[in-house]
Amino acid sequence: MNPKVLVADDEPNIVISLEYLLKREGYTVTVAKDGQEALDAIALERPDLVLLDVMMPRKSGFEVCQAVRANEALQSIKILMLTAKGRDTDVAKGLALGADGYMTKPFSTRELVSKVAQMLGRTP
Amino acid sequence: MPLLLRTAYFRPDAGHNLTRILLLIRRVAILGVMVLGYVYFHLAGEAYALVSIGLISFAAVAQFAPVVFGGLYWKGGTRLGALAGLLAGFFMWAYTLMLPSLAKSGWLAVEFLTQGPGGWQLLRPEQFLGLQGMDNLTHSLFWSLLVNMGAYVGVSLWRPPSGQESSQALLFVDVFKRAQTSNPVFWSGRANVPDLQRLCERYLGAGKAAALFEAYAREAGVREVQAIRPDARLVQFVETQLAGAVGSASARVLVASSVEEDTLTPDDVLRILDETSQVRAYSRALEEKSGSLERATTELRQANEQLKSLDRLKDDFMSSVTHELRTPLTSIRAFAELLRDDPGMEPAQRGKFIEIIVSETERLSRLVNQVLDMAKIESGHGEWHTDRVDLRALVQQAVETTSELCKERHIAVDVTVPAVSPILMADPDRLMQVMLNLLSNAAKFVPVPGGRIGVSLQCDGTGVTVAVTDNGPGVAAEQQALIFDRFRQGGDASNRPQGTGLGLPISRQIVAHFGGRLWFEPNPAGGSTFLFFLPLSLAA
Repeated sequence: MNPKVLVADDEPNIVISLEYLLKREGYTVTVAKDGQEALDAIALERPDLVLLDVMMPRKSGFEVCQAVRANEALQSIKILMLTAKGRDTDVAKGLALGADGYMTKPFSTRELVSKVAQMLGRTP
Repeated sequence: MPLLLRTAYFRPDAGHNLTRILLLIRRVAILGVMVLGYVYFHLAGEAYALVSIGLISFAAVAQFAPVVFGGLYWKGGTRLGALAGLLAGFFMWAYTLMLPSLAKSGWLAVEFLTQGPGGWQLLRPEQFLGLQGMDNLTHSLFWSLLVNMGAYVGVSLWRPPSGQESSQALLFVDVFKRAQTSNPVFWSGRANVPDLQRLCERYLGAGKAAALFEAYAREAGVREVQAIRPDARLVQFVETQLAGAVGSASARVLVASSVEEDTLTPDDVLRILDETSQVRAYSRALEEKSGSLERATTELRQANEQLKSLDRLKDDFMSSVTHELRTPLTSIRAFAELLRDDPGMEPAQRGKFIEIIVSETERLSRLVNQVLDMAKIESGHGEWHTDRVDLRALVQQAVETTSELCKERHIAVDVTVPAVSPILMADPDRLMQVMLNLLSNAAKFVPVPGGRIGVSLQCDGTGVTVAVTDNGPGVAAEQQALIFDRFRQGGDASNRPQGTGLGLPISRQIVAHFGGRLWFEPNPAGGSTFLFFLPLSLAA
């Protein structure tokens, strides 16, 4: 079965591009438009990996990450944070909150694909 | 003894060792007193018992009492007063007690007692001024002490004490009120240790003087006698030690002659007061300075806080700008790479992606322009071209400009303007920018189909108000305060129309530049109204 990936971002165009990209790589993709929706989708769908934007309405990516890591049942879920704020403190904060990886926008699609594959233990 | 010590031979600087002479003088004095007593006993002894003689002597000694107690408890007593009191008291004693006793012994005529001197009845020694009914001793004591005290108090009050007397009185009278009794209130002068030691040696003997100085040095915490500081305390110490040998008054004279003591004059007191008031003035000035320093520190701290918060704002702004620039860039890059990596993409998909890239590029350039615009206005470097503005015409022109967009989205636009409106001096391009921003915002949020936009212009005595009303979703209560913040966009994130989040902040800045204001009002029937007001002070 294809690994499930949740794309959580409030920018519709970025969601479209990520969705297309990941589907092309053979993943099953679900989408969330804000932090709360992402949390609900994580609990419901149990994706293998979450592409998590930091700046989202309702709940920020940091908050979502923290909530996921606080839940014992969701420990196996990988989190790759995406942010348009490339500051070192943001990267450090994300990793400290339990994110497995971090990429700054704008990202290279190839790098993103290989990063996702590596985190899911697949050889690209 | 005090008189003796003032003579040339006994002056301390004469250099003789006086210990022996002092002892000799004392012995002679004791012998003299005993001889005098014997002589008096011999003269009056036949008429009086020994007890009476003792009582007469007591009356004599009692004459010292007023001055001694006055000296201890009364600051106003003066040297002259004390002398006068003592002399008067002794005279009265001699007249009322001593002379009668001699008369009774037969050395004087008895008429002196019964008739008074020269026949003056009032001056009879044992009924002085006609006072009767007392025994001789009480009578004498009454009169002598009365005269004594009267003279002492009277003369003391007659002339004010000198500065030196005042300071001495302060030292003696209030001796129990001060903890450091060894320090004189004022002592100005110079002394040196060898002089004082030599002085002690002359009156106390070399061995005892050396021992005393060593003890003093130990107590003062210095290693050797040479290191003793010749200060007021040392002078006091020497004086106390000498007082044991020659009496306190003599010790004072001796020390005073050895030490170059400056007599305290009224001028000195004035100078000290002057210095004190200067010190107080300095202290006041210092207090004021420290107060103003404190104020300056507070102001600096506030300024620093302001700068810090400005810096934080700028930091936040830069961070927001970075975020806003990166977001469209991310889309553009992602779609461009998708197209590059997938040459066989379906034409429909390809067209859709290219469309997104184009619109994101437009968004990016709009954003760059607006950020620059915003930065210019905020830093005060914005270009303003002041010209005559007919707001009525400007509103109609703005509606005209957006009519194409409205037609596309089937939006009904209703314009209400008065026949005339005042001509304002303002920047027509900037005000057009505000109008277009409000109109395009309204056009973005109204429902399709069925969108309605109302534009109205109203003039009153204070200025002109332009209102742009729409029948869109309105602005949520919690967002109403935020929509004028930079990069804050209203509406639901999922179906939010395109925008940079800078339009309203820029518009508000423009209106504020002309002394007006831009604000939001919710419509009772749903939808929003954005209004801006320009004051009539701009009227041409």
